[in-house]
Amino acid sequence: MLDQILQFVLTGITVGATYALVALGFSIIYNASDVVNFAQGEFVMIGAMSAIAMSAGENGLSPFLALPLAILLTIGVGIMLQRFAIAPAKGASVVTTIIITIGASIFLRGVALLLWGKDIFALPHFSGEQPIHIGNATLLPQNLWVMGGAALLVIGVHWFFNHTHQGKAILACSCNRTAAQLVGINVGKMMMIAYGLSAFLGAMAGLLVTPITFTSYDAGVMLGLKGFSAAILGGFGNPMGAVAGGVLLGLIESLSAGLISSGYKDAIGFIILLLVLFFRPSGLFGKATAERV
Amino acid sequence: MKRLSGFYLLAALVVLLPIIFPDNYYVTVVGVTALLHAILAVGLNLLMGYAGQISLGHAAFFGIGAYTSAILTTRYGWDPWAAIVVGIALTGSIAFLVSRPILRLKGHYLAMATLGLGIIANIVLVQAGDFTGGPDGLGDIPTLSLFGWALDTDLRWYWVMGATMLGTVWIALNIIDSRSGRALRALHGSEVAAEMMGINTTATKTGVFVLAALTASLAGSLFSHQQSFISPDSFSFFFSIELVTMVVLGGMASTYGAVFGAVVLTFLPELLVVFEDFEVMIFGAILMLMMIFLPQGIFVGLQTPFRRRLTRRESPIADTPGE
Amino acid sequence: MTTMKLLEVEELTKSFGGVTAIAGLSFDVPPGNVYSVIGPNGAGKTTLFNMLSGIYQPDEGAIRFQSNDIVGIQPHQVAALGVSRTFQNLQMFFNMSVLDNVMVGCHLRTRTGLLSAALRLPGVKREERESREWARQALAMCSLDRYIGHEAGSLPYGVLKRLEIARALAVQPKLLLMDEPAAGLNDTETMEMQALIRRICEAGITVLLVEHNMGLVMQVSDRILVLDYGSRLAEGTPTEIQKDRKVVEAYLGGEVKYAM
Ligand SMILES: Nc1ncnc2c1ncn2[C@@H]1O[C@H](COP(=O)(O)OP(=O)(O)OP(=O)(O)O)[C@@H](O)[C@H]1O
Ligand SMILES: [Mg+2]
Repeated sequence: MLDQILQFVLTGITVGATYALVALGFSIIYNASDVVNFAQGEFVMIGAMSAIAMSAGENGLSPFLALPLAILLTIGVGIMLQRFAIAPAKGASVVTTIIITIGASIFLRGVALLLWGKDIFALPHFSGEQPIHIGNATLLPQNLWVMGGAALLVIGVHWFFNHTHQGKAILACSCNRTAAQLVGINVGKMMMIAYGLSAFLGAMAGLLVTPITFTSYDAGVMLGLKGFSAAILGGFGNPMGAVAGGVLLGLIESLSAGLISSGYKDAIGFIILLLVLFFRPSGLFGKATAERV
Repeated sequence: MKRLSGFYLLAALVVLLPIIFPDNYYVTVVGVTALLHAILAVGLNLLMGYAGQISLGHAAFFGIGAYTSAILTTRYGWDPWAAIVVGIALTGSIAFLVSRPILRLKGHYLAMATLGLGIIANIVLVQAGDFTGGPDGLGDIPTLSLFGWALDTDLRWYWVMGATMLGTVWIALNIIDSRSGRALRALHGSEVAAEMMGINTTATKTGVFVLAALTASLAGSLFSHQQSFISPDSFSFFFSIELVTMVVLGGMASTYGAVFGAVVLTFLPELLVVFEDFEVMIFGAILMLMMIFLPQGIFVGLQTPFRRRLTRRESPIADTPGE
Repeated sequence: MTTMKLLEVEELTKSFGGVTAIAGLSFDVPPGNVYSVIGPNGAGKTTLFNMLSGIYQPDEGAIRFQSNDIVGIQPHQVAALGVSRTFQNLQMFFNMSVLDNVMVGCHLRTRTGLLSAALRLPGVKREERESREWARQALAMCSLDRYIGHEAGSLPYGVLKRLEIARALAVQPKLLLMDEPAAGLNDTETMEMQALIRRICEAGITVLLVEHNMGLVMQVSDRILVLDYGSRLAEGTPTEIQKDRKVVEAYLGGEVKYAM
């Protein structure tokens, strides 16, 4: 039993690490532009799918070329999303921006469907498939890649926001755009960086996890929803809260799939999220904002 | 009666279309779906457009109505009308129970909670196969009959759906133009001010949430009996989003707008079929473009009133608006 | 004696984290008066109003309105007892017309429920007519007749300030809390506001006023309470307040020119 639980925890952390990266992307874009980007999951799909497409076949590129190109492509998509869909709708309401980003996600999915069809694809494991035993639980090397990669990325993002000029400038934009502009911050450029960074995180999540979970043109949908849930669970707009929310959600799902019912694992995740919101309306690590009149 | 002139125009349109274009696929088939969507959108618009409470899970209530009707009639041999009433009662109770904790949430948190609710409902429909038929759905749902007049043709369904839609619109218009309707709009404008005017905002939110759910349940039951086959796909997250899009597209807080949005969004995929493989892509693009360039759907948002800097003049002694 | 007090506040305290906004404050408001609360920025005036109207709950202390304890009840219940208010930061229903804004104020004077509204039962029309008439009267009292068909979102600030008052008057309150009604108004508008406060008081409504414009305060008030850091610095008639040493000291440096 204990071994089983250890196994569920290890799986949960792997899945949770992916959610965490997606949630972090949600959080960054929300902080920079007040937008809930429902196309966040599509970044994951595009990263993975394009890497697979580029490295496929006889004349396929070497992975050392295909992966970086896939990442660059995804970043490009992220920046274009901001440039052509978000920026023109300046001043739009919460619902309107939600629909725009959902439109964008449907669009991206449509493009993927057109290019790659409905098949399911996988990337090769980065360093073999020799299982590693921890007690009676097993782990694939790729699981370690996912956990380690995600951890490094999270630390990197944390460092970026706290120790670089650009990172701090993005935070300033999120506090007050007009004031940021007044002190000479190029808000447009900061938006590009924020969307690019989110897309980068999405692509990385896709590349890291696809050897285990596979991908298809519509793989981004559920990931996007999970990422949003994780970000809300942690307290929306709090990047490290989003990461914690992601890992937590992964654990909850994996444990409930193993111990309760795999069919209902997604439902249990959402139920716990609802319960958290009922008792903490601003998420686990969100600041409760008292209404001032 | 000036107040209802738009309504009479709409009614005339609904009545005349099948007379002018009898047996037209776009009227009696797609048209019926458009009418059904209009019922849903008008109900949701009361909640979202007027009361300003976002819901990304409205398909759940549509689904509960549909499945209650389907299960009671096919598995237990109930009379369809009784099943509809039970469906409405059940949906209403569920909506009432969840409304209190959910409607305490605001903005993105409310969006997330309603979205979660919709997804949970959908998962239950898929997983509780013994009851719901699982992902394969439920078939052989009997059609309705009205005073011995069986609804067994597309045209007959058109009349029933049309009448229900007009009834829903009429009720919505009546509500908006009343004390309760003003209370809804007031709580959208400023929750504290609404409270100070003596409006119990908690009860008002619950009321409109339940009302929108009841409308969706009725629509769901009609859908069940009209289609005679239902599956969880019709009650997914995407359908919730489509409903929201109908409301926003028409211009929030406009009942006729909701009807318009429903019609546009129902016909759009029909027209896009000719693009075959490009259909999904073009649908997404159109959705984005409409939201970016149609301002009437853009400006009446769910922004909280104190984030609105509409006409506030800076004054040296005024507080900075709190976040 | 209790009949002489419309509102009694006893040992009221409220803090936000480390900040004590109101500290053990007590005062009584007699009916029929214009009772003003003044004090520097951050003295706790708005916080006091928020507690009086049920928006915030005090940490300690009692508030009695017409001998009813109103601590712990919801703002709409406070409103039902006869307390209405305006806000320092406009809380207009910008999504509604001027007339509809004020008709919302008639909520407590009408009964139509959701069901009778949905079916447009016979009584509804009559109530709508009555509400419209009451709203017109409130608008007239605030000299807003000519804006009746406008959308609230399209009006200038000065008009909105008065519209908020009209909306509060439509509630037919016994006590009206006004939070800085003259803030941001020009001289003419301020004079109009002063006259309006008088009219409201003459109509038998007790006014609790928070205002930074000392000229206006000294002219319209029957009594004044001076707050500093959430507690009472002084209380009395305008003449007494102007002579009060502590008040003059507290305001030292700030221009305290009492336009008498
Ligand atoms: N919701 C809140 N959360 C935290 N602190 C608050 C809150 N409301 C008020 N305060 C604090 O309480 C103190 C009193 O504020 P209040 O708004 O009551 O002052 P005021 O007398 O109305 O000032 P002004 O003349 O500027 O309107 C201030 O320090 C303020 O920052
Ligand atoms: Mg104040």
